[in-house]
Amino acid sequence: MSENRRISFRNPADESFTTKLLLVAVSLVFLAFFLFLPLVSVFFEAFREGWVTYEEALLEPDAWAAIQLTLLVAAIAVPLNLIFGLAASWAIAKFEFKGKAFLITLIDLPFSISPVISGLVYVLLFGSGSLLGPFLKSYGIEILFAVPGIVLATVFVTFPFVARELIPLMQDQGTGDEEAALSLGASGWQTFWYVTLPNIKWGLLYGVLLCNARAMGEFGAVSVVSGRIRGLTNTMPLHVEILYNEYNMVAAFAVASLLALLALVTLALKTFLELRFGAGAAGGRH
Amino acid sequence: MQNFFRRLGIVALSLSLTTGVFAPAFADSQLLNVSYDPTRELYKDFNAAFAKHWKAESGEDVTIRQSHGGSGAQARSVIDGLEADVVTLALESDINAIQKTGKIKEDWRSRLPNNSSPYTSTIVFLVRKGNPKGIHNWGDLVKGDVQIVTPNPKTSGGARWNYLAAWAWANEEFKGDQDKIKAYIADLYKRAPVLDTGARGSTVTFAQRQIGDVLLAWENEAYLAGEEFGKDAFDIVVPPISILAEPPVAVVDATVDAKGTRKVAEAYLQYLYSDEGQNIAAKHFYRPSKRDVVEPDLLKALPDIKLVTIDDPIFGGWKKAQPEHFGDGGIFDQIYKPGK
Repeated sequence: MSENRRISFRNPADESFTTKLLLVAVSLVFLAFFLFLPLVSVFFEAFREGWVTYEEALLEPDAWAAIQLTLLVAAIAVPLNLIFGLAASWAIAKFEFKGKAFLITLIDLPFSISPVISGLVYVLLFGSGSLLGPFLKSYGIEILFAVPGIVLATVFVTFPFVARELIPLMQDQGTGDEEAALSLGASGWQTFWYVTLPNIKWGLLYGVLLCNARAMGEFGAVSVVSGRIRGLTNTMPLHVEILYNEYNMVAAFAVASLLALLALVTLALKTFLELRFGAGAAGGRH
Repeated sequence: MQNFFRRLGIVALSLSLTTGVFAPAFADSQLLNVSYDPTRELYKDFNAAFAKHWKAESGEDVTIRQSHGGSGAQARSVIDGLEADVVTLALESDINAIQKTGKIKEDWRSRLPNNSSPYTSTIVFLVRKGNPKGIHNWGDLVKGDVQIVTPNPKTSGGARWNYLAAWAWANEEFKGDQDKIKAYIADLYKRAPVLDTGARGSTVTFAQRQIGDVLLAWENEAYLAGEEFGKDAFDIVVPPISILAEPPVAVVDATVDAKGTRKVAEAYLQYLYSDEGQNIAAKHFYRPSKRDVVEPDLLKALPDIKLVTIDDPIFGGWKKAQPEHFGDGGIFDQIYKPGK
């Protein structure tokens, strides 16, 4: 590191005052316009007619069902993708095997295809015209236009978040620590629990939080497989659209604000955990 | 470190517990009505009325679930397996598409009165308060600097009706002269600053974004917008001639036979034709099929005008009109050049 610094021509942070000011101003203005203002306006619209209207909008049976469904879907999809993400990144970062590049491409697939297509895939798989759909139905199992379909579509869309967060981190860390642990007689499970997991915990947490945010906010894929039955298969993002289309602006923004609030809580949780468990946490262990 | 994950586990567990404790309330029977967008308010009222009626008649509780979306997309969902007991859609062709899969029997159109259309609707004008541009008929839409708001007929069912209503007027005005009709329609669409993809989008463009002088809209949408955005903001102009849209309803045979809900599903649709059903339709500004059972006050908003149907020889039914007017390279494509 010190070697590098000596041969660099100037300090990279040593810009003129105007440049610094400009950079700070640009990013602040950008943040204000594209993040802060919309967020404030969501809450402003939601509370425009007071707390009572706000509460009524959220406790309205269809809205309440949508809130529960969204939380339920996230509570299923996130742990599933946590397990999958850990397993996949572990395999990719620590082992060499044939078809690894292909696996990485597969993991990226949900990022690169439109969510609407992700939903349609399940319609093709489980719809009335498919082979699987009528077969499952004859056993009374409903996938499409029911909660399982929504969970499947959400899992599909949120599937790269944990793995994508962990793969670079784990590759960066290499296999040295694990080899040391194994050579000292630790079992595979012990190695994972005491060596690997502590190393990646912040990346893992970040991946889980991103995954959760997307799981609760997913619109496109879910709208295709949901069937939009009110009180049954409507998630919060779908319900926001419905309310908006009904000219019910206050209720639409009330549900939207709750969705935003859930995202803010997720962020706050992350910050809290970081503060609680050490300042060096944010960037892994670099 | 273990501590950290234990905490995380507790957070996850409590999250799943709080969300896991809900069970749907079961009534004696449940119906799913898969409908299109503008009927939300209508069926909200009607479902409550029917549930009450059914309870009185049979002693059974019935819960009716609603699903709304674009008419074509909703038909698609039913084809793909959405278990609708009844469908109440915008176009006959959408129900025909479901019928082709065998889920609805072929005779569906003749099972209920009026070709299975308990209510009809038409296209009217929503103008700014006081009608400053003096719009009373279709010809006024292409006078001076009038700007119109209508959705795109390529994507919106409602927009096709707008187009056909204008065509029906022009056909009468120009005595069937095709060139003059096309010139009128071309002029009309030149005056549209934006073509939204759906009817509700256009309403928001006109009412909330304050774009344009006149919105071509479903009669019920026009009144609803008037109520939602303030009665002082708009006037409704009913032109002397327009188009008759007959949104059909049908029982989905495959679902009701599997679920055993045929009786209540059939009663549900029949109740749309009852005095109460017709009054509820009129209250939501749909044109009742039996005007004589509806309170005269409600009918004042729905004046008798000349209504041309899609089966009129000038259009020759949807099967002919759809490709001719709205298909790729059809008349709409020929006359409409975006940005001109």
